[in-house]
Amino acid sequence: MNLTDWLPEIFLVLMGLAVLIYAVLDGFDLGVGLLLPMDNEPQRSQMIASIGPFWDANETWLVLAVGILLIAFPEAHSLVLREMYLPAAFLLIGLILRGVSFDFRAKAITGHRRLWDYTFKAGSLISSMTLGYMLGRYVLAFQPGLVAQAFAVLSAVCVTAAFAYIGGAWLVMKAEGDLQIRAAYWSRRAGWVAAIGIAAISIMNPLVSADVAERWLSMPAVFLLIPIPLVCLLLVVLVDQYLKQVPTRNDVGCWFPFVAVALLFVLSFLGLAYSFFPYVVPGQLTAAESASATASLQFIGVGVAIVLPLILAYTAFAYRVFWGKSTELKYY
Amino acid sequence: MESQLADVLMLSRIQFAANISFHILFPTITIALAWFLVYFKVRHEISGHPVWMRIYRFWVKVFALSFALGVVSGITMSFQFGTNWPGFMEKVGNIAGPLLGYEVLTAFFMEATFLGIMLFGSQRVPSWVHTLSTFLVAIGTSLSAFWIIALNSWMHTPDGFEMIDGVAHPLSWWDIIFNASMPYRLTHMMIASGLTAAFLIAGLSAYRLLKGDQKLAPRKAMSAGIVVAALLIPVQIFVGDLHGLNTFEHQPQKVAAMEGVWETERGAPLLLFAWPDETTRSNAFEVGVPGLASLILTHDLNGEIPGLNEFEEEGHPPVKPLFFGFRVMVGLGLLMLAVSWVSVWLLWRRGNVPVWMQRVLVGMTFSGWVATLAGWYVTEIGRQPWLVSGVLRTADAVTTVPGAQVGLSLTLYLVTYAVLLFAYLQTLFYMARKSVEVEEFERHGDVDLDELEARVSGQSDNATPEEAR
Ligand code: HDD
Ligand code: HEM
Ligand code: HEM
Repeated sequence: MNLTDWLPEIFLVLMGLAVLIYAVLDGFDLGVGLLLPMDNEPQRSQMIASIGPFWDANETWLVLAVGILLIAFPEAHSLVLREMYLPAAFLLIGLILRGVSFDFRAKAITGHRRLWDYTFKAGSLISSMTLGYMLGRYVLAFQPGLVAQAFAVLSAVCVTAAFAYIGGAWLVMKAEGDLQIRAAYWSRRAGWVAAIGIAAISIMNPLVSADVAERWLSMPAVFLLIPIPLVCLLLVVLVDQYLKQVPTRNDVGCWFPFVAVALLFVLSFLGLAYSFFPYVVPGQLTAAESASATASLQFIGVGVAIVLPLILAYTAFAYRVFWGKSTELKYY
Repeated sequence: MESQLADVLMLSRIQFAANISFHILFPTITIALAWFLVYFKVRHEISGHPVWMRIYRFWVKVFALSFALGVVSGITMSFQFGTNWPGFMEKVGNIAGPLLGYEVLTAFFMEATFLGIMLFGSQRVPSWVHTLSTFLVAIGTSLSAFWIIALNSWMHTPDGFEMIDGVAHPLSWWDIIFNASMPYRLTHMMIASGLTAAFLIAGLSAYRLLKGDQKLAPRKAMSAGIVVAALLIPVQIFVGDLHGLNTFEHQPQKVAAMEGVWETERGAPLLLFAWPDETTRSNAFEVGVPGLASLILTHDLNGEIPGLNEFEEEGHPPVKPLFFGFRVMVGLGLLMLAVSWVSVWLLWRRGNVPVWMQRVLVGMTFSGWVATLAGWYVTEIGRQPWLVSGVLRTADAVTTVPGAQVGLSLTLYLVTYAVLLFAYLQTLFYMARKSVEVEEFERHGDVDLDELEARVSGQSDNATPEEAR
């Protein structure tokens, strides 16, 4: 076996990585959109300023994830998008609406600003819900039937809550004063819903899918895996306790909720990944079965190996440039 | 079943055409506008004159808005292949995939990341880092164009691959990327973008002047737009001619439709006007210059141009859209030539552009858009009935999703696009009018325009510095 034989799996891992980074990064800016308070214009502006420099690059991770699906697994790409034709259309409309409201709100005729803020909030909600719904459909391999649909709706609510959770945590890190306190309150509430959702999905998933149940409950594995839900629970409790204290003296540990929730995202993701690897479409198509031609994967693989570290480096640079509280962002 | 599939095909085609047409509007502006911004910023770095910074600041807002619209409609594009054209990826995915992938990797991340620094970072990084970010954004938009045009050109003149079990496999990436029509199409598109941005800048600046703007910034910007347009348009016409010759060699049926030639002809006339009729397979109301089409395409007054009837069996593209689309593009090109050269002459002779010419420039603000769309319709419809020339027919690539779903998504997109296009145009002119009223003091260094606006208008709801974008 040499590297070439592993190309499909390597691309599957890369795709997973892109999805994970997308969930964390666009998660927080979708979350900020969800939380937008319609009763307080200065706070809205401050919240939007905190994500202004990042949202575009964050969304690009989605383009990359879909891109890898398309490049490496064309058959799965067709299958997934055919099954989710309408959700995908709604997702795109949501993303379009929120992406442009950012810009229009600052430039449009003054009286229209509130309208664009509503559009931004609505777009964020549509996108989050459809992303969650799509995740739910995907996890159950697009099974028909009421149970599967209910599961997808649950997933929609849970993912939306999770985005609000991490969005609030982001604001606790980036904001001060009243907004920070409000954000802590929002994040805490959303955290409870998200936690219930994660628990529900973790329990339902093995119940509905025999394959998943076998993976998690087989003998030696179960002992290695048990810590995952325990750590998750611990994180939720710690974050909850911290958020209760906001504002802390000297803003000690304002980064903690964000980092902890991001870790929670990583663990939940690893849980899902463990359930399904090496399937691209759970139970239907494996990476090896649906991969494109080796020559194509090699050609793009070279690019990935060279460019991905660069992307990570300048992404880190951009976050460093805008480090710290976001109140003093200047435009132009 | 048959008609159901035909409906899905028709709806998917309309949807694809609507999405790409909407998308292309914004990249056509941003690809070249990014380079204009680099120019403005560098002029400011060198001369230290604040007027360049003010020009930069106005246009960077237009850029940000256009870019945002380009990004969101682009994301829609990247889903389209899977949702509506699964056959495309299944058959030629081995080739299309990596090209799209390189676009994401080399272009999208770079432009999106440095855009943040370009728009919001000027107070947080040294000036040269800010200029560098602007430069990298410009490189990014041009790289986007490079990869996507490579793919699109490959679909017109495929090369460097072999078919194994009905699926295309790459043989030579060099031949795939630098396929026969790619250099022509890329050059023509880049210049088209330059012209679109130049006329936008000239038009919107002229609008500010007409609204009574006394400041130096719109004057300078208008001159920059006019001069760039005057330099680019002859090159564009020349490249367009080469592009046509290249198409004549590789896709003669397309040229036959563009020129309205039904029967293979020697000494074919260049038709200035005609009404092509597909049922009688002939033209009504022909007005033409004898021999000129043959002269242009074969460099011989008596050269032979194959007619559409030669291609009846394997199918040829619909004639009317090509015939008229081509005339719209070329007509606008000639109009651009006239307007930009007369303006430059006036600038040079009188030192300014008179009011009547400013009005003309306002009228030409979006001429680049119209010419670009017309050009793309000619190009793309001219490839029909093929999706990838000689490899894959459009009808064989379409999805099996129920027609009702495609109808619903199409309706959603159309409504969204109509609203956004309206808001975009309204906002551009609103921004131009607002900048007329804002007093800009001739102070040294950077004055924050937003702060000024807020002070002048005295409205708390109006852009405070940290929120404006
Ligand atoms: C500002 C925009 C603009 C202007 C003024 C022109 N074009 Fe153009 N044209 C385009 C923008 C464009 C385009 C949108 O960029 C296209 C579509 C695809 C492409 O490669 O370029 C195009 C396509 C295109 C094609 C089709 C090639 C093919 O795909 O087979 C030809 C033959 C020409 N052009 C020729 C011309 C000529 C002779 C012009 C002389 C006035 C001209 N164009 C002006
Ligand atoms: C950017 C300007 C573009 C415009 C305005 C444009 C316009 C169009 C139009 C009008 C059609 C429909 C033709 C017909 O069905 O009669 C079409 C088809 C198509 N084009 Fe383009 N196109 C553009 C660029 C591209 C690029 C860059 C690609 C590839 C990466 C592309 C890929 C396709 C595909 C896959 C179709 C098939 C769908 C169809 O034939 O309806 N197009 N395009
Ligand atoms: C089927 C064809 C196309 C697809 C799938 C596509 C896809 C995309 C995507 C996903 C984005 C957003 C990138 C981001 O997240 O930052 C984008 C933006 C962009 N695209 Fe396209 N695109 C297509 C056609 C074109 C064409 C024909 C051009 C120009 C010749 C073009 C030039 C650009 C540029 C310059 C941007 C940056 C945003 C902007 O300038 O507005 N694309 N495209």
